[in-house]
Amino acid sequence: MASLAEPSPSAEALDAFRVEARDWIAAHFPPALKGVDLSRSALEGPSDKSAEKEAWRIAMGEKGWGTPTWPQRYGGGGLSDAEARVLQQELARAGASNPIGGMGVMMFGPTLLEFGSEEQKLEHIPRICRAEVRWCQGYSEPNAGSDLANLQCFAEDKGDHYIVNGQKTWTSGGQWADKCFALVRTDKSKKQGGISFLLIDMDAPGVEVKPIKMISGLSPFCETFFTNVAVPKTNRVGDEGQGWTIGKRLLQHERTNISGGNRMGGGVSLSELAKACVGTDAEGRIADGELRARIAKLEMDGRTFAATAMRVAQEGGVSVASSILKINGTKLMQERSELLIDILGMQGLGWEGEGFTEEQIEAVRVWLFGKATTIYGGSTEIQTNIVAKRILGMPDMG
Amino acid sequence: MAKLSEEQEMLRDMAQNWVRGESPIGAWRKQRDADTAAGYDSAVYGEMAAMGWTGITIAEAHGGSDFGWMSLGLVVEECAKTLTASPLVACAIAARAISLGGSDEQQAKYLPAIASGELVAALAVDEGPRHDPAAITTKVTGGKITGTKAFVAEGDSAGLFVVAAADGLYLVENGAGVTKSRRQMVDHRSHAELCFDGAAADKLAGGGDGLLDRVLDHARILTAAEMLGMSQQAFDQTLEYLKQRVQFDRILASFQALQHRMADLFGDIELTRSAVEAGLSALDSMGDNGDLGQIAAIAKARANDCLHRMSREMVQLHGGIGMTDEFDAGFYLKRARPLEAAWGNSSFLRDRFARLGGY
Ligand SMILES: Cc1cc2nc3c(=O)[nH]c(=O)nc-3n(C[C@H](O)[C@H](O)[C@H](O)COP(=O)(O)OP(=O)(O)OC[C@H]3O[C@@H](n4cnc5c(N)ncnc54)[C@H](O)[C@@H]3O)c2cc1C
Repeated sequence: MASLAEPSPSAEALDAFRVEARDWIAAHFPPALKGVDLSRSALEGPSDKSAEKEAWRIAMGEKGWGTPTWPQRYGGGGLSDAEARVLQQELARAGASNPIGGMGVMMFGPTLLEFGSEEQKLEHIPRICRAEVRWCQGYSEPNAGSDLANLQCFAEDKGDHYIVNGQKTWTSGGQWADKCFALVRTDKSKKQGGISFLLIDMDAPGVEVKPIKMISGLSPFCETFFTNVAVPKTNRVGDEGQGWTIGKRLLQHERTNISGGNRMGGGVSLSELAKACVGTDAEGRIADGELRARIAKLEMDGRTFAATAMRVAQEGGVSVASSILKINGTKLMQERSELLIDILGMQGLGWEGEGFTEEQIEAVRVWLFGKATTIYGGSTEIQTNIVAKRILGMPDMG
Repeated sequence: MAKLSEEQEMLRDMAQNWVRGESPIGAWRKQRDADTAAGYDSAVYGEMAAMGWTGITIAEAHGGSDFGWMSLGLVVEECAKTLTASPLVACAIAARAISLGGSDEQQAKYLPAIASGELVAALAVDEGPRHDPAAITTKVTGGKITGTKAFVAEGDSAGLFVVAAADGLYLVENGAGVTKSRRQMVDHRSHAELCFDGAAADKLAGGGDGLLDRVLDHARILTAAEMLGMSQQAFDQTLEYLKQRVQFDRILASFQALQHRMADLFGDIELTRSAVEAGLSALDSMGDNGDLGQIAAIAKARANDCLHRMSREMVQLHGGIGMTDEFDAGFYLKRARPLEAAWGNSSFLRDRFARLGGY
């Protein structure tokens, strides 16, 4: 892993960095944003862009600390893993959320840093570091979900550019995105080997999106149609036919992010909530013994998961372990959501209108949306297959 | 499937045909989009009444057919398959409270109107968001009732309430002293908050001390029948989809991992069916004694767990489509949770089962 090759900063240097980070945050973080979760703002639709949020985004973007470990040359923070952890702690201490996020940060950026040309990195990475460009993911198609390599969206070679025709679906944030990283077919004679990785402008002529409504009531994803869309060949990442390899690496980053090891502890305390909703016995324990045991199990599993995520990070970046993390992380998140609404009883099942707090309605929407986490980024079943085949070496029945 | 009489088979077939023809899932989608407080179409409930379904568990003397709980369970199960919205379940439960605890006069006054479908009645027990029949503070003094009932199923359209007060069950007509507030819930059905402020209350004096428990056990078993129908439909539809959806050049149903999943779910639903049918037949055959409480706890806890799992699996196994509002899977998931919470979630019921078992 990269961090093993780097000289670890000394304890004194880290302490000095901590002071530096603390001072910088104190000088730049708008107090009005204390405790406000900005991590989803890049994924969701255009939210209110308050002056504070803009100022904080610009400050973090210019400093490169939204993407702390990325190279400074491309606009990243250039920090070591140890320094990035310190920065993370200091941000948390100040109640500051990282405003730089989205698919560019979570999956596309790291992939481009590994596979992109120098020109591509210089063009795209700095704008991701400053959260100036929203990216979306054009992978899935109606007949290419779990079997992603079956994708048919075709890019025809026209010399210095391609002409792209076809349909993508479930494109998260497609209606708000500026650009799309897409897997397209450049060769119909080979399945995986005929796929290439293209960067497509969402405002190019011939790109059309149709939002799809979700069970949670929101429409955060789209069908995306490409009709004779011209894409310069300089927008291809890697070689022709290398798209599958690059696309899979990107999925590993996606999984590691979806599993959300660092988010497990967040949100309301289930045990406190349960005490308030269900009451306590003479010893102060949650009155419903079964509920108490379920909460304890979730917390114990959550801590085990966090330890695992940490171990994976120490042992070596993105890998097949991302599958294990994704399977377990998403399972825990869903269980947490189910427990939360269960504790609230009928009060945790509001849809809108009177009688429910905003948080209660939010819990319902999160519970519903959360059902997607075991489907996207490679479903739980597909991750399980990956573990069986690639880690355990169990053969395919064919 | 329990051994059914010829009449019961006819009833089930009739229900199946009606649901397929007149009340497919699309009808529920329309109702959901209409977003009314009542949460159902009264014309549809009128059709159910015309078929005699509203009187299945009401005595012939009061205009019903006295056809029994197993029979009603069959109808409820079929209707639940397409999430047909109606107060059929709520009315049967309220009517049962009246027939178990009401005087001849009270029965004669209300049961015929419930049997004919003219009157919607609802049982109002819980005062908070979790089922807790031991924590009732609603009071009646001098024939006037005061208290608040939370999340009363079909409360928005009901004209009569069977209300649990600290000292027993009362009949309260909708009118002066009753305020209803709509609650818009995830299942888009009616779960009203009721505020009683001096409304006239008429006690159900019969039925003994265990009246509320017995009525609740009826509610648990009939609700379990509804949940069974939903589980069954969610399962059937998922199986159908796996047999059609092609990925990796083969149908998803050909993957052994999914075969085992479905086989296991199938077993789960079959076990639930046994528990529900045992409950329904206990309601038909049992006198005042017997362990109805435990039988009802088994049926409802089973149905809770089965539908909980099946409603999640339906979404999961449909992949991206399962997450869209355009598809039906979300409807089952959203209806499942309020039903799981109604009349006792699984931990409540397991606790009740153990208490009744003396441990
Ligand atoms: C909210 C949401 C956001 C999304 N965002 C994006 C996006 O931004 N960009 C993008 O490209 N895609 C996106 N997706 C698509 C997502 O990646 C696909 O839904 C996913 O890959 C599953 O494909 P599918 O929907 O076609 O389901 P299918 O592949 O049809 O799978 C259906 C079910 O069968 C199971 N299954 C499939 N194959 C096997 C097997 N071999 N063994 C066992 N079980 C199997 C699956 O696990 C699943 O449970 C999103 C999806 C959702 C729900």
